[in-house]
Amino acid sequence: MAEEFFIQGNEACAKGAIAAGCRFFAGYPITPSTEVAETLARELPKVGGSFVQMEDEIASAGAIIGGSWGGTKSMTATSGPGISLMQENIGYAFMTETPIVIVDVQRGSPSTAQPTMASQSDMMQARWGSHGDYEPIALSPSSVQEFFDFTIKAFNLAEEYRCPVLVMADEVIGHMREKIVVDDNIEVVARKKPEKTDDYLPFENIENGTTPMPAFGDGFNIHVTGLTHDERGYPDTNTPETHHNLIKRICDKVLNNKDKICSVKSEGCDDADIIIVSYGAPVRSAVEAANRARANNQKVGYVKIDTPWPFPDEQLKEITKNASDVLVVEMNLGQMYYEVDRVLGKDTNVHLMGMIGGLLPTPDEILDEINKIGGN
Amino acid sequence: MSEKNRFLPYLREDRLPHIFCPGCGNGAIINAFLAAMEKAEMDFDNIAMVSGIGCSSRIPGYLKCDSLHTTHGRALSFATGLKTANKDLDVVVFTGDGDAASIGGNHLIHAARRNINLTVICINNNIYGMTGGQISPTSPKGSFGTTAPYGNLDSPFKLAELVAAAGASYSARWTTVQIENLVLSIKAGLKNKGFSFIEVATQCPTYFGRKNKLKTATAMAAVMKANTVFKSAADRMSARELEGKIVVGEFANIQKDEFTENLERISVEKSGKKTLINSAYSTEL
Ligand SMILES: Cc1ncc(C[n+]2csc(CCOP(=O)(O)OP(=O)(O)O)c2C)c(N)n1
Ligand code: SF4
Ligand SMILES: [Mg+2]
Repeated sequence: MAEEFFIQGNEACAKGAIAAGCRFFAGYPITPSTEVAETLARELPKVGGSFVQMEDEIASAGAIIGGSWGGTKSMTATSGPGISLMQENIGYAFMTETPIVIVDVQRGSPSTAQPTMASQSDMMQARWGSHGDYEPIALSPSSVQEFFDFTIKAFNLAEEYRCPVLVMADEVIGHMREKIVVDDNIEVVARKKPEKTDDYLPFENIENGTTPMPAFGDGFNIHVTGLTHDERGYPDTNTPETHHNLIKRICDKVLNNKDKICSVKSEGCDDADIIIVSYGAPVRSAVEAANRARANNQKVGYVKIDTPWPFPDEQLKEITKNASDVLVVEMNLGQMYYEVDRVLGKDTNVHLMGMIGGLLPTPDEILDEINKIGGN
Repeated sequence: MSEKNRFLPYLREDRLPHIFCPGCGNGAIINAFLAAMEKAEMDFDNIAMVSGIGCSSRIPGYLKCDSLHTTHGRALSFATGLKTANKDLDVVVFTGDGDAASIGGNHLIHAARRNINLTVICINNNIYGMTGGQISPTSPKGSFGTTAPYGNLDSPFKLAELVAAAGASYSARWTTVQIENLVLSIKAGLKNKGFSFIEVATQCPTYFGRKNKLKTATAMAAVMKANTVFKSAADRMSARELEGKIVVGEFANIQKDEFTENLERISVEKSGKKTLINSAYSTEL
């Protein structure tokens, strides 16, 4: 059985969060993300959950980390100015391996710029926004259905890898209305309780992995700190090996599982000369542009990146190996472009179509770029 | 048996010795907290601690209970989430004057406004201890710090009064010279179902003392004692007479509805069930 809804992207995100088991939301209003908070303020109490409007975004990020250690799947939603404020606590969540979900409905930036217009200008902040070395997981939805699905996926990944997961949406997806189909049996990853053994180590250096996380109040009496800590969780800030082992494990648990985490979709790439690469809302125009080019006998394909972070190096290389040119379409002046260029630049001509101003690039505008490159 | 030994079962012995300087007030405040906790007949295993960054914020790391050592100034945000996720926990926050009143000032007044059931011990040494003696928002006007070589130009916050005005149901100030009153106040704070703020004026001989010609903890305690005025007496004194004095006593002790109780009430109204605890571990919600 499945149910259908005709709803707004931000509402779909809120619905996905509840389906994934989110029972705590802390946030601060900001356009174009506010409907996520408003929907959850209304819906969470109906399922035994809690909503708190915090005093700012720094507090919102802190509160959901506290909520997560309290044993509740927790989320916040914001946009550019808010994600900037959250960065220190997001880094804390990486360091303490706290599962949380952060939704960023991107708007024109920097500063307060364009509150009601779309952009994809926080992509590098999602990657490097907090100080230090870490490997974030980020998902970019291209439809209202995906905003629902990817929010669920974000919660599942956060639990699987015990880390923050970002859903990097944009104003177009956040505010558009589309039909979504909600399945009866949605896969939800529950948090695993550790076993109470004498030698339990909350931050154990286990191979390729994530140690089960207890909740506060379970009787494990654990210490959680953003300082460099040993496997017991105790601060050990001056031993180079302790820091190296901790940070390497935090990074490797994501990097070593890239084949499971990364998701890329593509069409018409096997024989394509030119391939459009995009993510988020621009994918909608990229698909249309590729279809029109094909109808015009041009050898054009497209790649849609579902997971900008960790960047899907291998998949992208494999899919585009026969193409001479790749056109990156994104709503900024070049962010993921530099990743694509890093991966493909040696053997392929990588072009940027970076649009700012707040409007989605149209299929025609993309076709113009393809024709400039020479798509015959 | 010394005080310290009596409380050893509550400490993470494998983390000792602690990092605090000789003469620092933090040790006496740990003992006062544990004595108050026993007097209040709290279940130590049900206590979860949250702290920010600073010498004072290191205290939870030495206590054998769940403890979240967070980012500078933000302890109350994390504590708000923790308490909301599991209102059955007794959540205690340790913070410093810089942590609570400078970088965390906004969170402090908002947590007080919500009257969320947290017990906050604010260790006010009038200085930034951990970073080496810079002035804080509670440094007295004219006092010296590494960032106030010509004397502090600003007037200090009165924290216990500020928090009471912001809406806390319990707020008090004591010093490390009045340990018995401090213990009773922490006990009252632990028992109060609402936001409880206990400011402890204390000595940092290493930085505040050295910068202000008070070389030893004993000298600092003597000055603190001489400057202490009970609130009942202070109420009859003029502003000029009160200059440089430390007013001790209770600034709020009222009945008021509490934040997580209200959230739970709405949850029961809307879903017929209490706010969920430990829901992350379940697939059937
Ligand atoms: C965002 C941020 N800014 C600055 C610091 C540096 N810092 C660490 S502790 C501290 C001051 C602590 O003072 P207080 O809260 O009074 O604690 P005390 O050490 O005096 O007990 C500062 C400024 C930091 N850790 N994080
Ligand atoms: S620096 Fe001051 S506050 Fe910090 S441990 Fe030493 S005496 Fe205590
Ligand atoms: Mg201080």
